[in-house]
Amino acid sequence: MHIPVEGFMYPNEVELQWSVLIVLYPFITGLVAGAFILASLERVFRVQAVKPTYRLALLTALSFLLVAPLPLQLHLGHPERSLEMYLTPHRSSAMAMFGFVYLWYLMAVLLLEIWLDYRRDIVLKSQTAKGLPRLIYRILTLGSDVLSDRSLRIDERLGYFITLIGIPSAFLLHGYVGFIFGSVKANPWWSSPLMPIVFIFSAMVSGIAAVMLLYMLSSRLRGKQIDIRCLDKIAQYLMYTFIIDFSLEMLDLLQRIYEADESFRSLDFMVHTRLWTSQVIVQILLGTVTPIALLGLTQLFSLTESIRKRIYAVAGCLTVIGIFAMRWNVVIGGQLFSKSFLGYTSYKMGFATREGLLTAIILMILPFIILWILVKILPPWTDEESTSASEAIPVHAAS
Amino acid sequence: MTPITTPCDLNHRSLARFPVSKTIALSQRLLFRRAFRTPRVRLLFKDIEHLLRLAAVMLIALVAFVVLRAAVVPKSFGQYGHYRGDAIAELAARPVAHAGHEVCEGCHTDVVDQKKLGRHAGLHCEVCHGPQARHADDPASVKPLLPDTTVICARCHEANSAKPHSFPQVASADHSGGLSCNTCHQPHRPKIEDRGKPATGAKK
Amino acid sequence: MDITRRRLLVLLPAAAVAWEFVRAGTPESAPNYKTSEHWWGMLIDITECIGCGSCVRACAQENDVPDGYYRTWIERYHVTDYAIERPQVESPNGGKEGFPMNEDSSGKNFFVPKLCNHCADSPCTQVCPVGATFVSPDGVVLVDKNYCLGCRYCVQACPYGCRFINPKTNTADKCSLCYHRITKGLTTACAEVCPTGARQLADLKNPKDPIHEYLRTHSVQILKPHMATGAKVFYNGMDGSVR
Repeated sequence: MHIPVEGFMYPNEVELQWSVLIVLYPFITGLVAGAFILASLERVFRVQAVKPTYRLALLTALSFLLVAPLPLQLHLGHPERSLEMYLTPHRSSAMAMFGFVYLWYLMAVLLLEIWLDYRRDIVLKSQTAKGLPRLIYRILTLGSDVLSDRSLRIDERLGYFITLIGIPSAFLLHGYVGFIFGSVKANPWWSSPLMPIVFIFSAMVSGIAAVMLLYMLSSRLRGKQIDIRCLDKIAQYLMYTFIIDFSLEMLDLLQRIYEADESFRSLDFMVHTRLWTSQVIVQILLGTVTPIALLGLTQLFSLTESIRKRIYAVAGCLTVIGIFAMRWNVVIGGQLFSKSFLGYTSYKMGFATREGLLTAIILMILPFIILWILVKILPPWTDEESTSASEAIPVHAAS
Repeated sequence: MTPITTPCDLNHRSLARFPVSKTIALSQRLLFRRAFRTPRVRLLFKDIEHLLRLAAVMLIALVAFVVLRAAVVPKSFGQYGHYRGDAIAELAARPVAHAGHEVCEGCHTDVVDQKKLGRHAGLHCEVCHGPQARHADDPASVKPLLPDTTVICARCHEANSAKPHSFPQVASADHSGGLSCNTCHQPHRPKIEDRGKPATGAKK
Repeated sequence: MDITRRRLLVLLPAAAVAWEFVRAGTPESAPNYKTSEHWWGMLIDITECIGCGSCVRACAQENDVPDGYYRTWIERYHVTDYAIERPQVESPNGGKEGFPMNEDSSGKNFFVPKLCNHCADSPCTQVCPVGATFVSPDGVVLVDKNYCLGCRYCVQACPYGCRFINPKTNTADKCSLCYHRITKGLTTACAEVCPTGARQLADLKNPKDPIHEYLRTHSVQILKPHMATGAKVFYNGMDGSVR
């Protein structure tokens, strides 16, 4: 395959190493971290308004976290050796340590928190359900159906602690993804101490926007009324985190422009040519400035509920697109220029190849399928089903 | 939506009722065997049965990991540093392709004597003749091909402004007009006036 | 007389001894080689390089380097006097087939051979998640192709563009400083075939190695010193425009 090159690349640099799948990876882990932080708002910071999204946010985080390692696996030259990351982790490697951060986050935080939170529902369903679902619920109870008041209180307390640990863990998870890029001193487009922080805030932005959209979509699909108070609150948080995220990115940009080090001329040219559409148009104008302005409108003026909902939907979509563009520009942009600063290569994405567009699309659909299954097994809704469930409680608790 | 007792609700209210000190006290009592017999602790034990089961699952997973690790990690890993020690020997064991001029010169003493007198004295054999380890392995059946001088000489001697100025270089189109270099030059001893003279060093 | 003896088609004793030594086994079993007694590097004299591409070809043959990938390559620089920060550089096919005559002979023109710098503080081994690439006890940065995941992080981390993913093995690949040769007392393939002696293998732990005298008496540089990689490929006569 011929790859068009402009200027001079070191001969081994012509071929891009990290494809669109590696763009998906920080995008997906970002959604995980963001969704979890939104969930913890309710539990740790007692923001009652966002409660309707609490369980949905947790399940969203889980379904995306389960998919997060897949793009990496597909990308590896030897996927069968990936366990080596856990068997002989290299302490000085950001990537090896990330394996453990991921495992910690999945096993010790997310799964545990969801299990504790749903345990009562699981036990109740293991007694009422039939057939295969019954078996699933029975396995999930781990063979213990204790539902005494005291046991539930202990669960609550433990769950609270886990959420407390979960917040720094979520920061660690995505901050670490930022560090994987930010610590590469050979690459001036990546190498920046701000990278982990920018990644954390952009993760929160994308996760909050995604849960907001999922909440609106699921309410519509179920024919339920959207809790507008909840939606307003989420949109407000989205705007604040987005403003912080945007300020950090602009700070990084200003510093680069003002310092104008040896790499500046090369990177500046790249932004004005190869990255113009994805960076300036999509990421900054369409994906950042527009949603902040739209969300700002809802704060400044008192608009009707239906207009607000529409604005939130548009702003949410633009935000997710903008954050995806940001990941693209970091990962792909960081490989388009030569480390000699004398030339540029280009990225040609395949379609039905192992690391092609089709794979990327399937990987992006997969979390939604998992989420759908999770929602079937563990309904997150607080408005109808749980009412019947809670009515059932006294009977079992008393027995 | 009257008395919804979702776990979240329970949580906030229970926080005050279930302080940390009490948890610690309870767990401390668990440590003493005698305490097991008291009904209160037996009750607690029952209340955290599901957590103990979870802990057991996690412990099993951890043990499985440790066992797997011991079984799978290569024995030589960590011998010299954080890598497979055997890898060094494996890399060193690769067979060579270029035999090296010392091996060539062991047999081809005639060429060595010729080269010694000319400007190609410092050139090793495999610069022009290519990798010859297989020939050294089996000189009888693996015969090296004679290099094409039109190609091989031009690689070094074709004029190029990036070459050091002191290096002998020609524009081959003007210099030889397509004739192969060995029409006039003897590659082992390229200076033309040297041709035909005895190679054993009678000159000078 | 020599010619008739050669026609016997067997190795003469001198060659046979040398060849036996070459074919000796691993550094552990080869009594002459101890990893702790060496610290390898390379010396490159830019003023001697003629850009013939012999090193690139020899390297590919010695190490089975696939087409389009380079463990070593040559760059041609063209620098005009007012643009030292913006040289024109080219490396057609890594310089494997030499370089076409350049039209513009104004300014400064020269060749720069490149290879892995075998950094003492190498950024590539630092980022390897599993320990599949490492600095050997004798100072050579090596890749364990039977352990490499192919995650490509090391390729990203090398400031010099020396690494690539070998499409045959799907693992990271790079210059091994002909580890299979230097442990048998030979020089690297590139140094063996360099017609002008522009490339010299250097053992920094061997007090008798001429490298010490050379480094004392010449203005020698390394590539991208600001990266603080502890590069051990030393360049003599290198222009400030080289990167």
